[in-house]
Amino acid sequence: MPKKQVEMRILKLLIFLLALVPVALLAWRAMAGELSANPIKDITEETGIWTLRFILLTLTITPLRKISGWAPLARFRRMIGLFAFFYGSLHFVTYIYLDQFFVLDEILRDVVKRPFITVGFAAFVTMIPLALTSPNRVAKWMGGKRWRLLHRLVYFTALGGVIHYLWLVKADTQRPLMYGGILVMLLAYRLWDYVRSHRIAEKSHSRIEANPA
Amino acid sequence: MLIKQADELHPSEITPENVYLNRRTFIRIASAAGIGLASSAVFPHLLDSQDRWPQGKKGPYDVSEEVNKFKDITTYNNFYEFGVDKGDPAENSGSFHPKPWTVHIEGEIKKPATYNLDDILKLSKIEDRIYRHRCVEGWSMVIPWRGFPLADLIKRVEPTSKAKYVTFETIYRPEEMPGQKRSVLEWPYVEGLRMDEARHPLTLLAVGLYGKDLLNQNGAPLRLVVPWKYGFKSIKSIVRIKFVEKEPQTTWNLLAPNEYGFYSNVNPDVDHPRWSQKTERRIGDFLKRKTLMFNGYGDLVSGMYTGMDLKKNF
Repeated sequence: MPKKQVEMRILKLLIFLLALVPVALLAWRAMAGELSANPIKDITEETGIWTLRFILLTLTITPLRKISGWAPLARFRRMIGLFAFFYGSLHFVTYIYLDQFFVLDEILRDVVKRPFITVGFAAFVTMIPLALTSPNRVAKWMGGKRWRLLHRLVYFTALGGVIHYLWLVKADTQRPLMYGGILVMLLAYRLWDYVRSHRIAEKSHSRIEANPA
Repeated sequence: MLIKQADELHPSEITPENVYLNRRTFIRIASAAGIGLASSAVFPHLLDSQDRWPQGKKGPYDVSEEVNKFKDITTYNNFYEFGVDKGDPAENSGSFHPKPWTVHIEGEIKKPATYNLDDILKLSKIEDRIYRHRCVEGWSMVIPWRGFPLADLIKRVEPTSKAKYVTFETIYRPEEMPGQKRSVLEWPYVEGLRMDEARHPLTLLAVGLYGKDLLNQNGAPLRLVVPWKYGFKSIKSIVRIKFVEKEPQTTWNLLAPNEYGFYSNVNPDVDHPRWSQKTERRIGDFLKRKTLMFNGYGDLVSGMYTGMDLKKNF
């Protein structure tokens, strides 16, 4: 195996292990009895916040790659995205099981009646097709264009996640607004990048027209 | 007259000294263990390093449900003056000074005055009361408060006929209460009760819990306890009590009037706009339990609200 590939593998493994640290810490604290008097709420909040962090981290990869010019970054995007889905699933299961005890009609009523749960649930659902279409083979089968279009859903996931957080706090909106601010910056970068690259494309296009061969 | 003589003692009947001594030790150890076991059943808090209040109903207002651990009651708090997370009050209240303490009592009363805490403590007999405590967020505890009925203080200050409501104010001391440096809520925290609610025998001015003085995170040195209302009505660290004619403003109602009403009676049939109030998680329990109307104090308090639309006056 070429040296570069080995390095990539080690780096990937390292990031994989690093991404498991939050859930490992949570499990350790739970077993050591170091959670608060309301451990189920702690687990819900911790898995929830890490879902949002991983979603935003996924959205940071592309800007970071473009700014740094380090192309291999793109290879970590899928793994980080899948970790967002992993933490989202833990968060969802905590709610379904530990909070609502699988009482389906209560859950459905919650999803319909409580806007913050509606939005959070929707955000979770948008992650499912993204996770399902993450293997290379599926992406190839879909074709790059369609795959990229589908994966724009992640913007709704992120927006839903921030709104879910914003709507559930009682008074202190500082933290959800901070995550919202990060999302706005990440989206603003994309808009700026889109406009810029189109302008470049247009310029080169008109240059070609101006100089017919 | 026949007097029965004691039989002569046979040497074989005499217990050897070492056996005799061992038996004594055995009895001493066994009885000590027995007392220990028995008392740990009666006073389980002895085993739990002073972490359990002796169970059981003692007074007419006590609930017989299991009391929450001291540690849980003193580390899981909503007291935004010390920060918005549940662990913040215990963590950030170390530099708060609950002594000396004065309380201004004023408004529509014949005897307005500024009281020292010691004077307030002399107003009435201090007693322990085991109450349910239901937070608007959907969790609950059972807490052994120490305090006296607010009614006793009200009698003393002689309200005029204009006194229809009582308002309470928490101390504003941002240099000791880091949460007050940010305007998450409008400071100082204010709360209020209708006169009949304030005079109700369940309504306490608490100065302690678990048989000890209140810790800073629980609202030292003086707080209100209104067990049939959501926890935020039970205002902490009170420095002003004012009797007024009109329904007063209250802090959470000012922040979100559609979410937190003036009355805020515990009511499983009136949901918070963003979450259900039908169930609650008792701290320490795994499964949730059904929330009771007026937090289970309906027999004692529902009379004050007859004819009132509780959905409208939430």
